Amino acid sequence: MEVGMLPISASKRGKLLAAGYTTLDAIARASPTHLARDIDVSDSEASEILSLATKASSALERERPNGTHTAVVGGGQTAWDMLNEEKFSSCITTSCVDLDNILGGGIKCKEVTEIGGVPGIGKTQIGIQLAVNVQIPQEYGGLGGKAIYIDTEGSFMVERVLQIAEACIEDMAEYSHQFHKDFQACDVKVHPNNILENIFYFRVCSYTEQIALINYLDKFIMENKDVKIIIVDSVTFHFRQDFDDMALRTRLLSEMALKLMKLAKKFCLAIVMLNQVTTKYVEGSFQLTLALGNWSHSCTNRIILFWNGNERHAFIDKSPSLKSASAPYSVTTRGIRNSTSSSKRIKMM
Amino acid sequence: MANKLINQMGLPKSIANIFTARNVITAKDALSHTEFELMELLDVGKEEVTSAMAHVSEVVCPPCQTALLLLEQRVRNECMAGHLPTRLKGLDEALCGGIPFGVLTELVGPAGIGKTQFCLKLSLLASMPANCGGLDGRVIYIDVESKFRSKRLIEIGINSFPEIFLKKGMAQEMAGRILILRPTSLSEFAESLHQIKVSLLQQQVKLLIIDSMAALVLGERDCGASRQQALGWHVSFIKSLAEFSRIPVVLTNQVRSQIGDESRMYSFQAAQSRSIIKDNPATYDSHLVAALGINWAHAVTIRLVLEARSGQRFIKLAKSPISPALAFPFKITSSGMVLLDDDGVEMKGPEISTINCQGLSLSSLAVSSAEYFLTKNT
Repeated sequence: MEVGMLPISASKRGKLLAAGYTTLDAIARASPTHLARDIDVSDSEASEILSLATKASSALERERPNGTHTAVVGGGQTAWDMLNEEKFSSCITTSCVDLDNILGGGIKCKEVTEIGGVPGIGKTQIGIQLAVNVQIPQEYGGLGGKAIYIDTEGSFMVERVLQIAEACIEDMAEYSHQFHKDFQACDVKVHPNNILENIFYFRVCSYTEQIALINYLDKFIMENKDVKIIIVDSVTFHFRQDFDDMALRTRLLSEMALKLMKLAKKFCLAIVMLNQVTTKYVEGSFQLTLALGNWSHSCTNRIILFWNGNERHAFIDKSPSLKSASAPYSVTTRGIRNSTSSSKRIKMM
Repeated sequence: MANKLINQMGLPKSIANIFTARNVITAKDALSHTEFELMELLDVGKEEVTSAMAHVSEVVCPPCQTALLLLEQRVRNECMAGHLPTRLKGLDEALCGGIPFGVLTELVGPAGIGKTQFCLKLSLLASMPANCGGLDGRVIYIDVESKFRSKRLIEIGINSFPEIFLKKGMAQEMAGRILILRPTSLSEFAESLHQIKVSLLQQQVKLLIIDSMAALVLGERDCGASRQQALGWHVSFIKSLAEFSRIPVVLTNQVRSQIGDESRMYSFQAAQSRSIIKDNPATYDSHLVAALGINWAHAVTIRLVLEARSGQRFIKLAKSPISPALAFPFKITSSGMVLLDDDGVEMKGPEISTINCQGLSLSSLAVSSAEYFLTKNT
């Protein structure tokens, strides 16, 4: 029923159907006064319905293709246009070359990446490293942006952010020293406090606050346009306790995921969701799996962090464009870095 | 925050009345519906719902801070920028100053290894005056298994800080600041937590110790999912207590033997288990893991594993966002825990989290003081 597509209240919809308006065309052809009389609403409400109907029906009209790249259905984009866009989409480095390589350059903007792993593997470390790395100035190959860190578990330790920020600045100074010896003004003018200042921190204590915050982020990012990454640590924590209605939980999580995806596309930023693991009984044995795994169909990429012998590895579990591969990384006092083992080859699966 | 009333949020009267009429009273009620559901429930259009929910969300949303602001507040207001020094040099350095405020620190290890001894020392340190390096505050010690011995506490105090404790009346004052609670069930514990929350700010409580969390949870009659849920609720509550009052919270945990020999793997690992998983050299005496499960392991911020290997005890930084993976050898003396090496041994890989119990016997707990009796009831 086309009328069901209109974003109006249920009672108004009911009245339209009762009065015989079943298609958008029928509504669009009526005049506001006739509409108001037929369905017994005020003139202003009737003209509002009319404008919604005309907008919706023009989006449905099919235009004859005339050689230009106009969309056949409103709101779409051709694959060619997307390809050109993708070429220029930016990445945020993880400071580990192997990890960047399997990610195709780093964490991509406009995409939602889920990262999960056992406690102590380094999820928060990667989150903090990305919050610092997004701020690397454009002269050094970074995005020069700001970060939003949404902390649901209280695992954000400021001392660690300071350590990683200082190490990042030292690395930048080293880089500029090596490659820009000619320029005098190659001193990195960034102070660790500047980096800390550009990380917006929200502490969320319940799922209500989490949903409220995600709703509010649209307005927040409008006012802080240089935010380029949102890190949620960890995204399912509050949804795993005191939820009796599982169906409601799934609906709320899906809506939250879609909103985040919309934010990513609208503001061209990267969304990183850190997730915990749980055990699941599958095929006669207990296996590890990411928590609430059924909900995350809207994540573009999923990365699983695991122990391989004595090394930490990252595995691309799900991605529409990246090859399934794993790469080693290590967590040092300076942050996430390349693994120090001699066999640093990336394993293709 | 979540229980804020919708009609006190400054929404336009008309929409606020509709919310109340449909029994959507608090912000939590409103946010527990998707936008589409609200449209149907309240019988209003999409735009109205979206703008009303945007307003509600902005009110309920937690305040924005920057990392810099957090750091400055801590440096300004708190001891050692938010750390309780343990006086164990190597450990304090690795932990950027000591046990951090506002997060949960877990001590896990086999029975008799020294967890309670460590807790006793921490209680003393928190109660000592600031000019002696303490927090000058009260301590709440939740002693589930009745292991607290005041005599031992005073002995540790006299041996570690003789210049303070031998002064007249000091021992009484310090011991007077430590309040011991002995809840017998999880619900009793929850009640005391509520009372603690009320008195936290008034009473200048600077440290909360729960010894042991495992005994409290595992002593309950319910099993399985409801126990996990109860644990989840308690953990969230304790965490919020720690954060809002910015105090260190130390909890002890027990160990249990690992069921089966397989380590947990992901589905993609199981498919290639031959090529990827290397067998760790099996340690067949006492293969132990921490109790309380993987959700608990995620919930604590710092996990200190105490273990014994070939008769030597180690304290390991198994999970810590701010420290390298170090293990320090220690022993228990009349003045509590003492590190034998402040540099520590760097450990690679998941070995930092394994718990061993080799060569640990009760007789090895002999200390120089003849007055010290350790009664273990396990």
